[in-house]
Amino acid sequence: MTEKRITIVEKILDANDRLANENRRRFDLAEVFSINLMASPGAGKTSFILATINALLDANVQIGVIEGDTAPVTLDSDKILAAGMPAVQINSGGNCHLDAVMIDSALDQLPLETLDLVIVENIGNLICPAAFYLGTHSNVLIASVPEGDDKPYKYPNIYRGLDVLIINKTDLLPYVDFDMDYFRQGVEMLNPGLKTFAVSCKTGEGLEDWLVWLKSKLPAR
Amino acid sequence: MHELSVTESVLEIACKHAEQAQATRVTDIHLVIGRLSSIVDDSVAFYWDIISKDTLCENAQLHFKRLPAELICLDCDHQYQLEDDLMPCPNCGSPRIRVLSGDEFNLESIEIQR
Ligand SMILES: Nc1nc2c(ncn2[C@@H]2O[C@H](COP(=O)(O)OP(=O)(O)OP(=O)(O)O)[C@@H](O)[C@H]2O)c(=O)[nH]1
Ligand SMILES: [Mg+2]
Ligand SMILES: [Zn+2]
Repeated sequence: MTEKRITIVEKILDANDRLANENRRRFDLAEVFSINLMASPGAGKTSFILATINALLDANVQIGVIEGDTAPVTLDSDKILAAGMPAVQINSGGNCHLDAVMIDSALDQLPLETLDLVIVENIGNLICPAAFYLGTHSNVLIASVPEGDDKPYKYPNIYRGLDVLIINKTDLLPYVDFDMDYFRQGVEMLNPGLKTFAVSCKTGEGLEDWLVWLKSKLPAR
Repeated sequence: MHELSVTESVLEIACKHAEQAQATRVTDIHLVIGRLSSIVDDSVAFYWDIISKDTLCENAQLHFKRLPAELICLDCDHQYQLEDDLMPCPNCGSPRIRVLSGDEFNLESIEIQR
């Protein structure tokens, strides 16, 4: 019997990343812009998606939604379907994040060729989704005011990988101790110059700027 | 936490390389994990014992090497290591910092018998 050490140096999540690159190719081939929407539970992911769908109805933007949930409930995807857009519910089986494999199979169930935009509502969680690349074009995080202004300091990883930050529930600012400067300083340390939109999905305030940014990313048709 | 998916990936990679090397058994697995990768060693080890049963990796010992997180200040170029909490630059106080390393998450090597 011989003993031997084999050097490997392989990224542990390499298999996920490779499939994610494949997902990216599918988006690009269909000319679909894609977003990985992350947030804690209840931050307003579904509300934000619905507000976006409704605001873009007149412009005839076709939006497919992939809803991740840890339990086999279709509450969120039903709302999307009711708003007139295709939705796929993936049950992550108690898992704390979506991965590239789940997106791959969800994409089989969406009419990609007819879509302009795909939004993935990730599992409500600020830790795990940050580690799994899905192949989407943009990482967007919703931080909501009632969660508190210290979240960038406590969950640095998710902030580092972001392309866009949404601060939601700004209508609650008068009722919550949320120090916007402290919050933004934490964000600035993790992701200097990060594109940020402060909105309220309830009143619609601030959504206009987000929509301008989003439209600039959509394929010209 | 996503330790289960991570542990499954480790097993998959280790078994693949062990088979290629015609190993009869894997005795040790060396992982390199940066300070910023939120992984709890104990729960990886916990899942490991369960999922490695009846594979080439059964009873293989996991070794975790932790690497520090290196930061650089974008205003004064000062380089420093992340301590406990996220902090502005200790040299000039600027909040504009960039992470240089600390995201490592690699399977570095395995030790096998054959
Ligand atoms: N006041 C206020 N409430 C909001 C706002 N946006 C969302 N909400 C409320 O917040 C709650 C959670 O919103 P959802 O959109 O379901 O949040 P979510 O992130 O999709 O939640 P999960 O999918 O369960 O993780 C609901 O009661 C919404 O009505 C806002 O801008 N202001
Ligand atoms: Mg939701
Ligand atoms: Zn400095």
